[in-house]
Amino acid sequence: MNTTLLVPARQRVGRNADRVGLGALIVASTCLVALGAGWVGGAFRPVVVLVLVAVVVGLLVLVAIGGPQARRLLAPYGLLQPGILWLALFFLAPVWSLLRISLSTKPSRFSVDYTFSWAFENYTTAFRDFGKQFEHAFVYAAVATVLTVLIGYPLAYVIAFRGGKYKNILLGLVVIPFFTSYLIRTIAWSTILADRGPTVAILHNVGLVRLFEVLHIMNNGQLLNTPAAVIGGLTYNFLPFMLLPIYVSLEKIDTNLVNAANDLYSSSVRAFRKIVLPLSIPGVFAGTLLTFIPAAGDFVNAQFLGSPNTTMIGNSIQDQFLKQNNYPVASAMAAVLMVSIASLVLIYTRLFGTGDLA
Amino acid sequence: MRKRSKIARWALNIYAGMGMFYLFVPILFIVAFSFNKPRGNYNIVWQSFTFDNWLSPFSERSLTAALWVSLRIGAVSTIVSTILGSLIAIALSRYKFRGSEGINLFLVLPLTTPEIVLGSSLATLFLGQNFINFGFVTIVIAHIMFQVSFVALTVRARIRGFDWTLEQAAQDLGASPWRTFWRVTFPLILPGILAAGLLAFALSIDDFIITFFNAGSTVTFPLQIYGAARVRIPPQINVLASMILFASVAILLVGTISGARRQASMLGSRNTK
Repeated sequence: MNTTLLVPARQRVGRNADRVGLGALIVASTCLVALGAGWVGGAFRPVVVLVLVAVVVGLLVLVAIGGPQARRLLAPYGLLQPGILWLALFFLAPVWSLLRISLSTKPSRFSVDYTFSWAFENYTTAFRDFGKQFEHAFVYAAVATVLTVLIGYPLAYVIAFRGGKYKNILLGLVVIPFFTSYLIRTIAWSTILADRGPTVAILHNVGLVRLFEVLHIMNNGQLLNTPAAVIGGLTYNFLPFMLLPIYVSLEKIDTNLVNAANDLYSSSVRAFRKIVLPLSIPGVFAGTLLTFIPAAGDFVNAQFLGSPNTTMIGNSIQDQFLKQNNYPVASAMAAVLMVSIASLVLIYTRLFGTGDLA
Repeated sequence: MRKRSKIARWALNIYAGMGMFYLFVPILFIVAFSFNKPRGNYNIVWQSFTFDNWLSPFSERSLTAALWVSLRIGAVSTIVSTILGSLIAIALSRYKFRGSEGINLFLVLPLTTPEIVLGSSLATLFLGQNFINFGFVTIVIAHIMFQVSFVALTVRARIRGFDWTLEQAAQDLGASPWRTFWRVTFPLILPGILAAGLLAFALSIDDFIITFFNAGSTVTFPLQIYGAARVRIPPQINVLASMILFASVAILLVGTISGARRQASMLGSRNTK
């Protein structure tokens, strides 16, 4: 009697185990975000913890009694659980608390407590006082992204199509410079471009200083502390993020297609434009995102290669956050940066189709 | 006509060669200046050649201590993130399940968020929890957070072509699921996991921006360099940087050679069948 009732119930649970697994993942993540971001006050915290524990224990019980079908359906959620929960607590919850602090006010300058008060004036302050920095961040990052395409595409092309058996070695060579520390590389550039450094001396000897001044690459005989230096540093540091995806997409192209075009009397320029370029666009697309996003948020290049007139939004966020302890305005700036980059990415994906980022 | 295309071909090669040279300019500079005998606090102007710095690479106490902190953080965070990330990758490539597209999107999100946002937002989370002190633990947590996505996506890409029917075969032959995983699946996906782990370790060692926001008074190698750059730049920085460079090149070489060998031997065994 008992067993006949149990078996269909068990089968029903077994068939729907995937819904249960997904539901448990979502509920557990929500609990962690609630705990981390402080959605719930004192008395309710134990309740949320209890729900979280209940979900995990419930899953384990289901695995124990659910039979093979339920176990197979639950397996992927079990594998996902630890990593996804980690990201929920340390990626999603922080974003929430960032938005929260960006709308908070602090009672006094040295206070560490914040009161949430829909303080939109933090955002007006961010735009009013740091508009220039936002502009620099987006303009410098955009120019640097274009430059990485101009340098990275031909290099990737030559390695992919003319590398022959040295292909892998050449690719390794491209990556090797990036095994030295990011900061050391950037500091190295600052000494290379320094006023008494080798580059300025060479430019003086060749007589290109005048031309570079006209092109706004140099300023008052200085190469360092100019927008050009900051853009140059960004271009250098993020070049592999552009080059590698382009290389991957070029490598996949079947060279027979190009040969066929040549056999049919297409000029090589035309073959490139009609075959190679369209097929490599996904690489350029992924590279653009991987270059532009970190470049727009960077403050290291502007700090070591730029001047107070070339600061980017990253410098301002870091300064307001860590030096002035002005968390609300710093958070507002970070939130604006995050949202504007997210919307740019969205528009970009709409325009160019969904790029294969992974 | 022929001649023109030949010239164009060479022009492109030279242009690419210049691009390659551009990549190496600061590297040559760093390695060269590790042999410099600087006068004063900054190792910027070339004075004279010396091996002294290479003979005393660890003489800068604070620099060595910071490197040690970085290595420890890198080791702990890499182990945790490689496990978490590999589990996600196995779930995504082994199973078809409800919600997998959402998970895919969720994994890409941390990669499309600027580091400064990741770092500052995590710091606001820790600030909200009054009992957490910034330091080793918060840095490790932060590193695992950005490593998990990288590991998951790298491992997933590496095991995309994996033949999961091998598991079926093992189980048909009477192996338990547990035994099947450790004796069949794991050895086959291990190279992908190791590659992802190396990448995660490299990311951790070199991370500056996210660490900067969550370090408290703990000083990692990049933070030490950042702090030192304003006061003095000892040549030992160049020596340690060159050492890291040469060590990574060596690992890369060993990896490529053994990879090529494994491929060759696999092809060989397939031919004998």
